[in-house]
Amino acid sequence: MVGGLLLLVGRRRAREDEQRIVPRGTPDTPAETAVILLLLACAACALAFVVLYALDRLPHQTQLLGAALGVALLLFAAALILIGKRLVVTEELEEPYPEEERLVETHEIERIVEESGSRITRRRLLVMAGGAAAGSLGLAAVTPAVSLGPLLDTDRFYKAPWTRGRRLVDEHGRPYLASDIEKDTFYSAYPEAADPELIGSPVVLVRLDPGDLHLPDGREHYALLGIVAYSKICTHAGCAISLYRKPTFAPVEPRPALVCPCHYSTFDPATGGTVLFGPAGRPLPQLPLLRDARGYLRAAGNFSGPVGPSWGGVREDRARA
Amino acid sequence: MRLLLALLLALALPSLAAADPPDQGIVHVPIAPGTPLKKAGAELYAANCARCHGDRGHGTAKDGPKLDDVGALATDFYLSIGAMPIADPHQQPVRTRVLLTAYERQALVSYVSSLGPGPLIPHPHAGRGNVSAGMQLFTQHCAGCHQIAAEGGYVTGARVPPLGQATDTQIAEAVRMGPYLMPVFSGKQITNAQLDSLTAYIHTTRHPLDAGGWSIGHVGPIPEGLVTWLLAAVVLVGVCLLIGKRLRRE
Repeated sequence: MVGGLLLLVGRRRAREDEQRIVPRGTPDTPAETAVILLLLACAACALAFVVLYALDRLPHQTQLLGAALGVALLLFAAALILIGKRLVVTEELEEPYPEEERLVETHEIERIVEESGSRITRRRLLVMAGGAAAGSLGLAAVTPAVSLGPLLDTDRFYKAPWTRGRRLVDEHGRPYLASDIEKDTFYSAYPEAADPELIGSPVVLVRLDPGDLHLPDGREHYALLGIVAYSKICTHAGCAISLYRKPTFAPVEPRPALVCPCHYSTFDPATGGTVLFGPAGRPLPQLPLLRDARGYLRAAGNFSGPVGPSWGGVREDRARA
Repeated sequence: MRLLLALLLALALPSLAAADPPDQGIVHVPIAPGTPLKKAGAELYAANCARCHGDRGHGTAKDGPKLDDVGALATDFYLSIGAMPIADPHQQPVRTRVLLTAYERQALVSYVSSLGPGPLIPHPHAGRGNVSAGMQLFTQHCAGCHQIAAEGGYVTGARVPPLGQATDTQIAEAVRMGPYLMPVFSGKQITNAQLDSLTAYIHTTRHPLDAGGWSIGHVGPIPEGLVTWLLAAVVLVGVCLLIGKRLRRE
């Protein structure tokens, strides 16, 4: 360390003798002192952070830690500002840009570039190869974007684990009886003995008055005694439909609806999951229901359409069996 | 843009709600001492409730539902939050200043529950609940609308109330009856013991552990981002202007 210091002093002396580039500034001792004090205070605050961290379990620990670190950074910034403003010798230099010289320079550079290519004989081929390389690299950079949407692989949105006869179970695996499903509330259900994490697994169950149901043509038998089941995955962005609004007094209140909490897409369970409000572009897929001899709820087939968020062309696709 | 508007609306609404509601014209019927509670309730009912809810709780077609099956539970809920009597039956009933006295409310509950069989007022015991189990239940059944911080929010067509002022009994009543657009949760879906845990969890949301010190409404990253951009960025630009120097042009 001492050696290093000596070396530094030696260097400094040597430099004194050379001709100066930056003009000598008058020393500003008060500013220098202030900078030193600021830096020392900064060090103190930073050390206070370490001490507070070690002490732990103080009241307002987080606030104290934040204050210590924040004040330390502020003091450091203040010191830097003071150095920049008062201690470093500055001068402003302005020179007109030499136009003439620039012309000569550009010409020169053009010639250098031109002449450097004198070894190349098949210029066009080289340019084409370069284009091929750049184009392919660009393509490679864009390729991962395919993972953003199911452009090429949309099968899993049709292949739900629901098959005819599969029982509906709750999150603990207990099968639902049709009589378990009460009005004015909603239930989440999953296919028995299938992965509940699959996008096609979760459904939401509600019971309405059979007389209030107006299901689309061909889906009249999807409901069972007023019980309807829809995919729990919103067709907009794939959030879970976790809101059910039900009117207490129907004449003055909004109609029953399934609502997605992410962007407030609102679906009508009485009309086949049609969109009442919000950004969703297509209805919720409906699951046909049936009841077995013991009263358990079972699926009568697969969903009425593809499950999950929409993608290009999904509305034109017809439901697959 | 729509998000921003919704946010501004969300920020503006609590201040609107804080203003005192106009007097809804309660009729305080003079009741002779010694009148049976039910009879006093009948008189109050005739004066304050019958216009919308009809004679003997039969309801009217467009203004009010029938009350002969709601029991003490729903009656106590709506009266104790001050939502009834309501000025406009087409508005969402919300918590406001309670204008009926405790005795008047008791009398009305006694009268309405005598109109037909209905559920009794529940008595949850938050002390017996388990906060951790309550949080799981709240996440599963309530947080979709009420937010995990129980700050309330929106569902299309209605405001979802915050739960900061709700008493344990009111929470239990709301769970069992589903006021306005809220779903009903029966004893099969949420048992009484689970209800204890739910109330215990809601208690903890009133004194949240805000390690950072500034909750910014507990509504997540959007207001936090706004603080960064509107406060921190402005300060930063100000400091830049202060310490920097504009290059002179001649």
